[in-house]
Amino acid sequence: MPGRILDVDVPEGRPDLRTGTVDFGGVRRPVCLAYTPEAEVGDYVIVHVGFAISRVDEDEAAKTLAVLRAMPDALATELGPA
Amino acid sequence: MTLTDPVAATCPVPRNETEVVLLGHGSGGALMAELLAEVITPRLGFDGPLEDAGLLDTGSPEIVVSTDSFVVTPRFFPGGDIGSLAVHGTVNDVAMRGARPLALALSYIVEEGLPLADLERITDSVARAARAAGVRIIAGDTKVVGRGAADGIYLTTTGIGVRLPGAEVGAAGGRPGDVVLLSGPIGLHGTAILAARGDLGFDGDLTSDSRPLNRLVETMIRAAGPAVHALRDPTRGGLASALNELAEASSVSIEITDADLPVPQPVASFCELLGLDPLHVANEGCLVALVAPEHADRVLTAMRALPEGCRARVLGRVAAGPPGRVTARTLVGSSRIVDMLVGEQLPRIC
Amino acid sequence: MRYLDEYRDPELARRLLAELRATATRPWTIMEVCGGQTHTIVRQGIDELLPAGIRMIHGPGCPVCVTPLEMVDKAVAVAGRPGVIFTSYGDMLRVPGTTGDLLGVKARGGDVRVVYTPLEAVRIAAANPDKQVVFFAVGFETTAPANAMAVLHAARAGLTNFSMLVSHVLVPPAITAILDAPDNEVRAFLAAGHVCAVMGWTQYEPIAARYRVPIVVTGFEPLDLLEGILMAVRQLEEGRAEVENQYARAVRRDGNLEAQQAIRRVFRVTGRAWRGIGRIPESGLSLSTEFAGYDAETRFGTESLAVRENPECIAGEILRGTKLPTDCTAYRVRCTPRTPLGAPMVSAEGTCAAFHAAGRRPSTVEAS
Repeated sequence: MPGRILDVDVPEGRPDLRTGTVDFGGVRRPVCLAYTPEAEVGDYVIVHVGFAISRVDEDEAAKTLAVLRAMPDALATELGPA
Repeated sequence: MTLTDPVAATCPVPRNETEVVLLGHGSGGALMAELLAEVITPRLGFDGPLEDAGLLDTGSPEIVVSTDSFVVTPRFFPGGDIGSLAVHGTVNDVAMRGARPLALALSYIVEEGLPLADLERITDSVARAARAAGVRIIAGDTKVVGRGAADGIYLTTTGIGVRLPGAEVGAAGGRPGDVVLLSGPIGLHGTAILAARGDLGFDGDLTSDSRPLNRLVETMIRAAGPAVHALRDPTRGGLASALNELAEASSVSIEITDADLPVPQPVASFCELLGLDPLHVANEGCLVALVAPEHADRVLTAMRALPEGCRARVLGRVAAGPPGRVTARTLVGSSRIVDMLVGEQLPRIC
Repeated sequence: MRYLDEYRDPELARRLLAELRATATRPWTIMEVCGGQTHTIVRQGIDELLPAGIRMIHGPGCPVCVTPLEMVDKAVAVAGRPGVIFTSYGDMLRVPGTTGDLLGVKARGGDVRVVYTPLEAVRIAAANPDKQVVFFAVGFETTAPANAMAVLHAARAGLTNFSMLVSHVLVPPAITAILDAPDNEVRAFLAAGHVCAVMGWTQYEPIAARYRVPIVVTGFEPLDLLEGILMAVRQLEEGRAEVENQYARAVRRDGNLEAQQAIRRVFRVTGRAWRGIGRIPESGLSLSTEFAGYDAETRFGTESLAVRENPECIAGEILRGTKLPTDCTAYRVRCTPRTPLGAPMVSAEGTCAAFHAAGRRPSTVEAS
């Protein structure tokens, strides 16, 4: 489930304890960020059982949606080319 | 009302002594319906559809009575506490029968060791909620039990009201063609309670929607009288269970649309994270109505004029059959059957 | 909510379905191997909207469902021991074992606790030094990094009262086993998006090449599933057999290297029995030599128990995709989420649970 990082905390010398508060549309929870060292405040991450396992690539997300939105209108597809 | 010892009543098939009451029997879903149908209602001589409140036919006006117990943990939660809940719950049950609630009787069962400050806070909350709902507390009882014999405090409220002029609301009143109206967002109470328990580590903008709905019902009945065919407030078991109960009692089918369900963002997120279905989450501040189609617009307008109905909307339609079936049109345009909650989805939430 | 709601747009769903109808010229059978994807497909009714001939088979994508019965029985045995706090993800509590489930142990007074994250189990261990805390480590590769971190934290903190009952399973060997089955009808796969977010997709490339099957890494929202199915159908129509990535916003080819490193350090690959399927070589994870001391089976000396499946339960066929829940004589009658006969009805990711929640009934023959 994707959520937005609100804050990040790394205890001195313990990257394995890197944690952050992640916001899931109004519900928040501390999440372990050790596996996404590149994810910063404001980034979206995919969270599973309290761990961020991947950073959401906003460009790829936009590309996927652009491809979908460029699909022909449903009715046009079914009627075939004019 | 005190129950006579159920074991003393004649029962042709003796109970297996290992059969016990389960938590799920109180959850408001299919399991509870079974318990009522098999164990309770036959012994008490109840017949007919199960309503939120009972009618005492003493002529005019008709008297409506309802009773409910409140065992929620935690006692205090965002949006209310066990006290305000006890008032709202019973006020609403009386109102759902198309009645104006007039008074409540209140009884406490308190566990030894409960801080007096809590009892004061809860009672203040009861008083505030009763004043705001326009009902008086006219009778009461207090019992204290030993440590461990109750979970802090249990409340029971019994509400008495009079049927509003022109109201003919009943669970069996739904008719094919009726419009399904929903007064506001769903899923707030149950998720607020779960989050407030704190043991899952989640913190969020989840506040119970606990509120009285009697003013809302009055405005609806004033607008359309007997054209308001059925009312229900979807508490334990959620909107899905309430719709199934109405469909069953009225012998109709109900179709709703997923895209039209008003699920607040934090509720949706919390449900996703924990694998819950918002349709099965308890509510304490919204109602669903089956209204004759030619009057639906008027009722909707009346609802929207009040704060507790400002987000009211059309949710679906009633059709002829198959009777008792509730379906939902999915986001992608398919259809799925919406069942009652089976078993226990959440810990005690009301 | 961002990165969720956009992938639920009904208009875009309609366009994808139209595109699918325009693209498919022949019948094709596709399998998804992820409980979350199965759940979305069934709840949204996607399988009922696909063009005639495109058939989705629901694969063994539910790690709770494939946990061997013997392992459930071991969990029940360990949880029942005095001085043990048994922790688990919620789903496992009602999976029926031979003599009962973990919820039954709890009802009889055992200390069984649901945790949202394995780190909570480590915290419980640190807070209860006089108890033995056991965590039931079930899951695919998605949860392995989390479970690995729990062990690493426990080791770092020098906890002697923490152990794990490990029953991890891996997806690629399951796909191979399905493809090797003589009666296999699956022509393409949707690979689990979050498994691949962790592991990447390099392990699927040799499978696609060797068996000539398209494999599309797919997400979990309705538009993701529809786009993934479309990509698979396009490959099938064009005679291609590649690994493609539909879930580009979350998955990269190499996956999450930090997570994979942790998995490699804490676990090693072993053979595992999959409930309902049988033993698949090199298909599971157990603790590595370095961390073998945290293995609960060794610590508690659980011996092999005689296991007995419910005779009416067809979980094996459900997991292999050869039967649907609606084909089962017990479905909705004797087997319900409240009284499950097998794991697929209990787990949120199980196919039977998905069907039940969507109200699917066995179709009755209607008089015309």
